[in-house]
Amino acid sequence: MSGFKIDTKKEESVSVVRISGFLDAHTAHELEAEFQGITSKGDYKILVNFAGLDYISSAGLGVFMGFIELVRENGGDIKMCEMNVKIYKIFDLLGFPNLYEIFDTQAEAIEKFKD
Amino acid sequence: MILQSYQIKIPAKTGNLEVIRNFLISSLQTLKFSEEELNKVLLSVDEACSNVIRHAYNFKENQIKIDLKIEKNKISIFVTDSGKGFDPSKIETPKMDEYLKNFKVGGLGILIMKKLMDEVEYDIRPGSQNKVKLVKYF
Repeated sequence: MSGFKIDTKKEESVSVVRISGFLDAHTAHELEAEFQGITSKGDYKILVNFAGLDYISSAGLGVFMGFIELVRENGGDIKMCEMNVKIYKIFDLLGFPNLYEIFDTQAEAIEKFKD
Repeated sequence: MILQSYQIKIPAKTGNLEVIRNFLISSLQTLKFSEEELNKVLLSVDEACSNVIRHAYNFKENQIKIDLKIEKNKISIFVTDSGKGFDPSKIETPKMDEYLKNFKVGGLGILIMKKLMDEVEYDIRPGSQNKVKLVKYF
């Protein structure tokens, strides 16, 4: 159980950020740098695919909170998809599903960006 | 009555959070914790240790000690540091509606611990020894 990986690909106008492994206080800066890179290019439609993520702590949650305002101010959003039950429970524990749209599939989430 | 006890003392750095999680997993493997309950313990200890690294030591090199005591119906975990400490009575637990509405960042560690563990207690002696006690019944 180790490591954290990020793989970002553009799908239509959406930056799809696939994250896997363990997102904690040690690895959160990697996601922060990725979001920084995406938004600095003027891309504000971000979909985070959680399919490979095994663990998240508050440091990881803080990365999403740190960018959501900027992204929405610029007409975009951070949406999420393919989150396993274990990770969803942490989001739900803190009420995060009230702020972020979470979809079962990546296709649904990308479609929602077209609204 | 304490049935088993385990201890790890390691440098307080974020790269060791994984080592701490693995220490807990191997120490708790004989208990009949569900995966969900085990995850609650892992995350709560992670939050306590992350707070030590960031707030007690301000990322300066120092030691963190974790003691795990297993009793018949509960586990107790003590996270000990020698950093600057804090006044638990001055820590405000975020109200999540406002927190989310105002796009706040950080400050969720203690709330997570309180939500996931059955007991959270502090014994803070700044500069000498600060201890967070986390208890989970099973």
